Amino acid sequence: MENRIAAVSLRNIKKTFGSVVANENVNLDIYKGEILSLLGENGSGKTTLMNMLSGIYYPDEGQIFINGKEEVIRSPKDAFSLGIGMVHQHFKLVDVLTATENIILGLPGKLNLKEAAGKIREICDKYGFEVDPDQKIYNMSVSQKQTVEIVKVLYRGADILILDEPTAVLTPQETEKLFAVLRNMKNDGKAIVIITHKMHEVESLSDRVAVLRKGTYVGDMLTKDTNAQEMTNMMVGRSVSLNIERPDPVDPKPRIAVRGLTIRDGEGILKLDDVSFTANSGEILGIAGISGCGQKELLEAIAGLQDAEAGSISYVSDDGHKEELLGKDPLKIQEMGVTLSFVPEDRLGMGLVGNMDLTDNMMLRSFRKGSSMFADRKSPEKLANDVVTDLEVVTPSISTPVRRLSGGNVQKVLVGREIASAPKVLLTAYAVRGLDINSSYTIYDLINQQKKAGVAVIFVGEDLDVLLEISDKILVLCGGKVSGIVDGRKADKNQVGMLMTKVGGESNE
Amino acid sequence: MNNDKVREPLFHIVKRDNFSTKRAWIVRAVAILLALIVCAIVTMLLTGDNPFSIYATIFKGAFGTPRKTWITFQNLSILLIISLALTPAFKMRFWNIGGEGQVLIGALASAACMITLADKVPNWLVIVIMIAASLCAGAIWGLIPAALKAKWNTNETLSTLMMNYIATQLVAYFIIVWEVPKGSGTVGMINANTNIGWIQVGNKYLLSIIVALLVTIGMYIYLNYSKHGYEISVVGESERTARYVGMKVKKVIMRTMILSGALCGLAGLLLVGGINHTITTTISGGQGFTAVMVSWLAKFNPITMVFTSLLIVFLGRGASEISTAFGLNQSFSDILTGIILFFIIGCEFFITYKVNFRKSVKEDKENV
Repeated sequence: MENRIAAVSLRNIKKTFGSVVANENVNLDIYKGEILSLLGENGSGKTTLMNMLSGIYYPDEGQIFINGKEEVIRSPKDAFSLGIGMVHQHFKLVDVLTATENIILGLPGKLNLKEAAGKIREICDKYGFEVDPDQKIYNMSVSQKQTVEIVKVLYRGADILILDEPTAVLTPQETEKLFAVLRNMKNDGKAIVIITHKMHEVESLSDRVAVLRKGTYVGDMLTKDTNAQEMTNMMVGRSVSLNIERPDPVDPKPRIAVRGLTIRDGEGILKLDDVSFTANSGEILGIAGISGCGQKELLEAIAGLQDAEAGSISYVSDDGHKEELLGKDPLKIQEMGVTLSFVPEDRLGMGLVGNMDLTDNMMLRSFRKGSSMFADRKSPEKLANDVVTDLEVVTPSISTPVRRLSGGNVQKVLVGREIASAPKVLLTAYAVRGLDINSSYTIYDLINQQKKAGVAVIFVGEDLDVLLEISDKILVLCGGKVSGIVDGRKADKNQVGMLMTKVGGESNE
Repeated sequence: MNNDKVREPLFHIVKRDNFSTKRAWIVRAVAILLALIVCAIVTMLLTGDNPFSIYATIFKGAFGTPRKTWITFQNLSILLIISLALTPAFKMRFWNIGGEGQVLIGALASAACMITLADKVPNWLVIVIMIAASLCAGAIWGLIPAALKAKWNTNETLSTLMMNYIATQLVAYFIIVWEVPKGSGTVGMINANTNIGWIQVGNKYLLSIIVALLVTIGMYIYLNYSKHGYEISVVGESERTARYVGMKVKKVIMRTMILSGALCGLAGLLLVGGINHTITTTISGGQGFTAVMVSWLAKFNPITMVFTSLLIVFLGRGASEISTAFGLNQSFSDILTGIILFFIIGCEFFITYKVNFRKSVKEDKENV
């Protein structure tokens, strides 16, 4: 094993952004015919490290050896010529072009679409991809788009593949398909690096695990010699518990009743189709579904940000009085006395303002208070300080712009602000997306505390294991329709996975 | 290509994180110094004149006599008011490049009041109506593109720009209507005998300076401490976040553009009622556009804007002085202004980014 030449060797890599050290003294070997999982908390420098390999950043110090020879990677082009390809978390595809057109985009030489399509089919057959070279990107599902991204790097001759959180957007079934393909590529002698936060994926897929903590390299080991608990401890640097609590519902009473909700987007595409359900107080209602199945529209409709074509959303107060929420904007809902908190999917694009500091972000919810024309900064400042202390937000100060914080800390700031108003209803969309284990558990705890306080929680999640562990009930959406509502304590993963892809879980559409 | 050597890039650019304000100002000072040196070299090469006497002349042009100093400050005030007017719109990421038109239409409204009301109502009432009319005219000129943007999401850069041409043509039309004497193509001094509608405080320069001072302080407080100012920042940063917390984005856009336009109208009032007592199509002299640069240079901070507008006015006045004193072409002063602005704007790059040069390969090997 020691005699093999590493496909990639990183030696003493250092990268700083201003005063922030993203990577320091990183030594890492990547071998051919092996799948390596790169683990680490948010902000531990995984993506930065891989970006240096793929030519997006240039290291401040250190050396990179490719197949034993020292190389300098100045640009993504250099990376490609060395056979390194990266599939980013956010796809970089042109919607109106076909798969083939996207794949050959930017390549030198004569344009020969037919030949390219043939070569793409060849690659697909070899590894078991399912992709139609002539399909337009906008007609594709998330998983198909990802396939195009992977084929794109293979087409360019990559034999070192880096995948940054590839499963975040996939269903369990799609994830399995992807893993099968990755195993085929491994057997073909390619070196594969996968960045992920999901422990069970690490265990089922990878051969070796490398752990980063706070930008430095902690160690690596064979996957078969370790377990989730040990890996997590290595990542965090201390022992953490991996169980999500599920307290019994507290005095559940209907709080949000959605009836026959139908929503079309700006282009007239049906996003939600006759959706009905009830969310109870003191309970967590999990919402499962492939991304783009109407979860976003559903939450935004409840929060007063989305118009509906038909249906009703009523808020049931403690004395049984019903108020219609549909057709009201967030301000009106607030003025009605409905305390509704919303942790949206796009934290920095919707929930927070990246360029503003913590105090000013706290102010978003409270700035209207009082009749003076001047805004009160004293109480948001206090709230910011409280959130930083209570939720252990890592930040230089409360006057730091939130975009400078790491993903987990950004989320803590947002959740902290949203629960500070003592809500009756809490909507969360992908509350732990991109968060490391430690931050994720902090967020689960906070959500559970809200549940115990009698809040009706609607929890849109992507990790089925988590949904099954935390939810009292799970509503499964499929293509905008309610595919089923199951009991979180009894449901199993396969059943929910089936419901996510076919309404009612049946094989006939 | 030498393949034995590691081909490191010559330099790479890194974003700075914490750069103290003090060091930033040192960089800016060095930039101005460098700009002056380059100007000196260019001057000597092109004209053979002593650069120091040219600098002295620039300074004399702006501050040489009490009268020149007053005029410098008066020009500064007008440019500052227009820059401050554009600032809330820019903070909201609404690219109002229609300052020119909003100033002109405010000026037109003032002139219209002076001409049509002169013998109908008492002087104080004329002035009150002038103020109201010019503010409203500017506000409407600002509101039209804002409403178009709010209703149909039209591009404000185009619509504000188009509104400039409409304003210019309107002024051109009314100049012909009000022509004095007939056939001259100008309005001449309005109410030259009665001085109706002439607004003055103390000497004839002071009014604009006082107004500019008040607007600066007011805008600083409005943007940094008021609820409206906060809404403007949030809408500018992210409309979706603004909607998410229940802000009425369209209302904020329209309200802010009314303010922006009204302040430009105020500058128009000062130009006609306070300074020129006449109206021409070029009365604002491109300051609606210069103000865009002033506002950006100051990073939308009203206090800093005092200095950036002073710099621009100082350079402009000094430059026209050297062209007369040395018998140089006016274009030469533009060249100097260009060089100085290039350095000032360029130095911001070095404040935001750091350039790391390649270390020698040897040195790297020793470290390993």
